[in-house]
Amino acid sequence: MAKDDNGAEHVTAADSPGAQLATSAASTAVVTRDALVNPGFPPHRPRITDLDHKEERKAERAVYTLFYVSIVGSVFAIAAYMAFPIVAEDPGSVRLNNLFIGLGLSLALLAIGIGAVHWGKALMSDHEGVDERHPVRGTEPVRARAVEIFQQANEESGFGRRTLIRNSLIGALVVFPLPAVVLFRGLGPMDQDPVALLNETMWKKGVRLTMDPSGTPIKAADVTLGSSFHVIPEGLAEMGHGRLEEKAKAAVLLIRMDPEDLVEEEDRKSWSYDGIVAYSKICTHVGCPVALYEQHTHHLLCPCHQSQFDVENHCKVIFGPAKRALPQLPIAVDAEGYLIAQSDFTEPVGPSFWERA
Amino acid sequence: MTTLTTRESTEDPAVGVKKSGGFTASAANYIDERTSISGAVKELGRKIFPDHWSFLLGEVALYSFVIILLSGSFLTFFFQASMAEVVYEGSYAPLKGIPMSAAMSSTMDISFDIRGGLLMRQVHHWAALLFVAAIGLHMLRIYFTGAFRKPRELNWVIGFVLFILAMAEGFTGYSLPDDLLSGNGLRIIDGLIKGIPVVGTWVSFLLFGGEFPGTDIVGRLYSLHILLLPAIIVALIAMHLLFVVVHKHTQYPAAGHTNQNVVGYPVLPVYAAKAGGFFFIVFGVVMLIASFFTINPIWNYGPYDPSPVSAGTQPDWYIGFADGAMRLIPTGWEFVWLNHTYSLNILVVLIVVGLFIVTVMIYPFIEAWITGDKREHHVLDRPRNAPTRTAIGAAGVTFYASLWAAASSDIMATHFHLTMEGVIHTLQATTLLGPFLAFLITKRVCLALQKKDREIVLHGYESGRIVRLPGGEFVEVHQPVDEYERWKLVSYSDFKPLMLRPNAQGKIGATEKVRAGLSRWFFEDRITPVTQAELDHAHGDHPAEITDK
Repeated sequence: MAKDDNGAEHVTAADSPGAQLATSAASTAVVTRDALVNPGFPPHRPRITDLDHKEERKAERAVYTLFYVSIVGSVFAIAAYMAFPIVAEDPGSVRLNNLFIGLGLSLALLAIGIGAVHWGKALMSDHEGVDERHPVRGTEPVRARAVEIFQQANEESGFGRRTLIRNSLIGALVVFPLPAVVLFRGLGPMDQDPVALLNETMWKKGVRLTMDPSGTPIKAADVTLGSSFHVIPEGLAEMGHGRLEEKAKAAVLLIRMDPEDLVEEEDRKSWSYDGIVAYSKICTHVGCPVALYEQHTHHLLCPCHQSQFDVENHCKVIFGPAKRALPQLPIAVDAEGYLIAQSDFTEPVGPSFWERA
Repeated sequence: MTTLTTRESTEDPAVGVKKSGGFTASAANYIDERTSISGAVKELGRKIFPDHWSFLLGEVALYSFVIILLSGSFLTFFFQASMAEVVYEGSYAPLKGIPMSAAMSSTMDISFDIRGGLLMRQVHHWAALLFVAAIGLHMLRIYFTGAFRKPRELNWVIGFVLFILAMAEGFTGYSLPDDLLSGNGLRIIDGLIKGIPVVGTWVSFLLFGGEFPGTDIVGRLYSLHILLLPAIIVALIAMHLLFVVVHKHTQYPAAGHTNQNVVGYPVLPVYAAKAGGFFFIVFGVVMLIASFFTINPIWNYGPYDPSPVSAGTQPDWYIGFADGAMRLIPTGWEFVWLNHTYSLNILVVLIVVGLFIVTVMIYPFIEAWITGDKREHHVLDRPRNAPTRTAIGAAGVTFYASLWAAASSDIMATHFHLTMEGVIHTLQATTLLGPFLAFLITKRVCLALQKKDREIVLHGYESGRIVRLPGGEFVEVHQPVDEYERWKLVSYSDFKPLMLRPNAQGKIGATEKVRAGLSRWFFEDRITPVTQAELDHAHGDHPAEITDK
């Protein structure tokens, strides 16, 4: 470290006559009196276009040729617009339309750009200029005048003197935006309570499990071992208004496993039917659909943040940022052999929220 | 070297007209008599801008924004920001007859039924990706060269806010087509917001206009995307550039460059030609990319539906670090206390990412406080000459990069045949330890490079030529650096650790102790610039060097 061995006399910036801009004694900057001196600008080196008239002509030709090329590009883009129409139901025509209009425009733009830069670099004067800098702060008389103006305004208005007026004005200014904040309550419907809505889904006793998206009811006998179904409640497929909102809570994944693979808690043994289990498909982390089922490990994977759930063990989390198991939908079979729900979920589905207990 | 010349200033416009006549002169006179624009030309027309490739990064950001405005305006003429359900009847056969929102349907029409529509969509999206990337690189350039120092601290903050707004613009725009991917992105936002204590449930409820997804969010994001956010961005860019004019541009250390001057090319004509031409080059490159490479093929994803999702979902690149941070949280970080749920798996992400970006924003003030340096700085630091700052930057980049990589944890696992758990655990480690390692390595590398510079200044370059002196001694001939090159190596600001001194009451305050500690951490290891005495001394030591001259 050359900290101490350079032998130069160190002074802090504050005492240095050279550093006029330094104002604080607290600065830890070191300004040495023995610094090397700025040698000034190196000699100017002329370009080839300055020395060789032929090269200059060549550069000139290149620049105007590029500008003409740009015109060709623009005309080509217009021609391509007409020559490559989009033909209904032919994705290839879209590709050609995109490609050739784009190529024409690219040529038009790049040729202008390269031409202009080449002009600037090869032909325009390459002598650098120098601007002087001045401190950013205003000059002393200007600053003094600014202070004077504020003082005068203060005196003429009595802003500092008439404190009652001033403070009441500040109060009014603070309060007046509040109605605008209240207005934003209207962003959500006035007659709904989000917490209550989060606690219920379309599932209730006797609702049939149907296929997503067709809405066909599912017979227990049709669910073969190892298969999985994306399920929605009966009636959802036909819904008009509010379909996606209901689906975002009611989507279910139905899986049939060998009953011996299932490790079920005592009070939830009646929630499955002959190895068929139904779990909410909405991730308990931030709500993505947990749609990837790995058949031989019986694991569910959320593609968004890779939380993994173990279907054998009530979809408990085995990896990833989620904390809670996927809620289980208690299912049964009706008289006709179709799968039905025994009730709604027994807890809110989807991501956690403050009011969830 | 020429000095600035202004010829426009003193002439009476009327005289000028008589002299040159012609349409241009009379038009200029007409405008000046109504706007006094000649004053602006006088002030700005020959203003000097320094040249360096790294100064182009900010220009790329600015030009991308112009491209976004142009292509975006075109898109607004066709896009319908409505979530009303329609049945798609456009040209793309696989989705025909499928119910979707008007937003998705009109985006499909832009892509498949309007000539050049897909091109403009792709220009818009690619330019947006470039916009955020260019801002990020521009910020790194500003950081590592110390361009944020006085008097530019506030402009750093403005630029930082622009970076955040650019990401907000990106995310709102990404969400507008209402396709499967963007809907899943919104679902994640909904889940994130719901995890915020006390207000989360209600904020989500109000944002989405009821239950997720509702039918309001696209229209609301559209207002933000095309009105509110662009208006703020335009205003801030104007301020940002105004400050560049007020401060005058920084320059790299070089012979002739001082803290009191700015060396470069005048706006008219050279800078205008180069910068104006560069706009067209950036536009042309974006156009070329948009002609050849598909971005965001919503027709492959289909309309939003809360149930299906495709594997390997990726947000746009600039959201990656936040998404990755969410993936790195270990299992089980959530608890219930007093009947309320505390979602640490979300809160920790929000707090850590929030602290990280706030630190970035206030860094100039922290460094100014530690150094106590109140001088204006217009000559940039070479990154090696501010070892601790550069090392902090490298640590920050490593942290960000780890989070960002985590957003592709599944893709990495499948492509490189790794386990998902292995990738996540590795990235957890790099996120926590990587920054420290990066700090140590970078700081040592900077100090080593400074030492190398010192060697070169004092003893010149090693030429590799060994010469035997008449006395039998072997010496290596060193090639001395010329004085212009040497100046680049020795002209940098030097600081020493703060010495604690009692104040007027004879006490040492706690904040001063903290400051002294940080100052020591910053400047304990320092390589001072070569002084004249050292140079003279070194030359005396090396007869071979002198004889070789």
